[in-house]
Amino acid sequence: MSRTRRLKLRVFRTAVFLVLGAFFLVPIGAMFEFSTRGNGVTAPRTLDAWTAIAKVPDLLPAISVSLQLAAITAVAMLVLLLPTMVWVRLRLPGLSRIVEFICLLPLTVPAIALVVGMVPLYRWIGPNLSDSILTLSFAYLILVLPYTYRTLDAGLAAIDLKTLSEAARSLGAGWGTVMLRVVVPNMSSAILNACLLAVALVLGEFTFANLLAFENLQVAILYVGLVSAGTSIAVAVASLLFAFVLLMILSFVGRPRERVAREEPTGIPGPFGPPAVPQGL
Amino acid sequence: MSDATTRRDGARGVEVRLEDLRRAYAATTALDGLTLTMSPGEMVALLGPSGCGKTTALRLVAGLEEADSGRVVIGGNDVTNLGANKREIGMVFQAYSLFPHMTAMNNVAFGMQLHKVGAAERRKRAGEMLELVGLSAHANKYAHQLSGGQQQRVALARALAIKPKVLLLDEPLSALDAKVRSRLRDEIRRVQLEVGTTTLFVTHDQEEALAIADRVGVMNKGRLEQLGPPTTIYSRPATPFVAEFVGLTNRLAGVVKSGEVEVRGARLPLVKPDTTDGPALALVRPEAVSVIADGDMSPGPLVGSVISTVFLGATSRVTVDLGDITVLAQMPTSNVGAISAGTRVRLSLRTDPVLVAQDDKAPTGA
Repeated sequence: MSRTRRLKLRVFRTAVFLVLGAFFLVPIGAMFEFSTRGNGVTAPRTLDAWTAIAKVPDLLPAISVSLQLAAITAVAMLVLLLPTMVWVRLRLPGLSRIVEFICLLPLTVPAIALVVGMVPLYRWIGPNLSDSILTLSFAYLILVLPYTYRTLDAGLAAIDLKTLSEAARSLGAGWGTVMLRVVVPNMSSAILNACLLAVALVLGEFTFANLLAFENLQVAILYVGLVSAGTSIAVAVASLLFAFVLLMILSFVGRPRERVAREEPTGIPGPFGPPAVPQGL
Repeated sequence: MSDATTRRDGARGVEVRLEDLRRAYAATTALDGLTLTMSPGEMVALLGPSGCGKTTALRLVAGLEEADSGRVVIGGNDVTNLGANKREIGMVFQAYSLFPHMTAMNNVAFGMQLHKVGAAERRKRAGEMLELVGLSAHANKYAHQLSGGQQQRVALARALAIKPKVLLLDEPLSALDAKVRSRLRDEIRRVQLEVGTTTLFVTHDQEEALAIADRVGVMNKGRLEQLGPPTTIYSRPATPFVAEFVGLTNRLAGVVKSGEVEVRGARLPLVKPDTTDGPALALVRPEAVSVIADGDMSPGPLVGSVISTVFLGATSRVTVDLGDITVLAQMPTSNVGAISAGTRVRLSLRTDPVLVAQDDKAPTGA
């Protein structure tokens, strides 16, 4: 690649980065600016709205509940979806289109329509099973299916699932061992990405919780906004930062450590070096 | 062929019996009553074209598929209804099958861990196995850092590390280039003889099968056409299919009469003397055809012109046009001399017993 071309590419990348960065940061900056306005046009900047967050009575329980919902949804999604997708790929490939259709279906149905459809179900669940807000995880599981299905599907497509699972079976592994020790480690990135998507979706969810009369983080923010616009915006910015930090932590903690090649005298390079040249037998 | 008698003392192979195995996929019969007994420590190669059922047979032995009927008996135990993870088999696959997230050492140790071998013993045996396949120096490398041949050798070490009762090799060399394939083929045989595990080797490569197996089973349409030592398979094919699939064969039109077949003026004995009289195609190996470039070249049924000579090393293959048919001859390169394209030659057919095909009357060449 010529030097001019490299330079152009770098400028283009920087421009895209700056435009996208502005797209995300300007609204957050505006929110922060609004949340620090004093009372009146000429009033000095104040952090009253931010300090008031700690005094909002229902906020901490709402954050706790949203985190629990996110965790339950992510785990339930993995437990339900991953073995199903593996089984369909290995044993029932003819069903893969149907499973894909079912998983992607929620994408085509507006959230409001989904909620209306679920109201009778929750009317029954409330008195008969539990009226806990954690039952929302069932609805959220449906909500996250399309996104997590696509992510896991890409992860499964990237490995030779059939050969790896058969190799493990021939070595004495049961299906549980195949899943936990062969499939999961080889698609950990896809699993992590699916979990991140599920967590992000659940933390930002408002429609289901509000219409089904539960109070999660987003609903709590709405209620705060009814009392104090500044505090409501401060909570929104804080929750955005919180979600961002949480996703970063999950990403760094859960991401498998890159395998570093040990340079041997054979000269076979590591994963980030030049392409490996097979050394014969 | 390597000699099975060179096998190490104390070999721990077991007898393996496949009894009338049948398997169909929808309307397609993949395996049609396969019966085969493998002696302890023996290496049997199943050879055949794509779709002949050889891989299905191997997968039924492995327990990766279920037979519609029939039995698989390993070491006297009926394992037909056991899952793949309970059969105590080791398997090397056609596709690279090392677990990408594990080093070569951990790959080899994986099966032993599942078999509850202690950590120290596991490490020791994994090291020994890697040494057996000559990869001790690569123990800490991941699959993506190994060449194809190295990966298959680690896969072999991994399969043998659990001390399997049967070793199953599903075209393990087909993804490799010719030179590596040849070397690894010999190495697989060496290792197999050393550990003495009864081995079923599936391949579509006749050279591979004939080179390393104690016995070769040629399969066609889900059936075992012939099972025998490589030399017998090559020199005494039981059916026209075996004759044509294993090695090159000239198909020469002739007439069967009184236990012989007359081909272009030459009378050849039959492998099956009780063959019905009548027109037939004699299946003649190229090495049974001699090319004579001097003497009488007056027109006759076995006189023609050389189309080409192909140098194969110690031998050369000569293609001769007899007017109505093209015939292949294989001869020592030292005898080719001045024979080249356009040379007028006379062919002579060696009077080895030949097999005839009577269901296909059209005269054809090689």
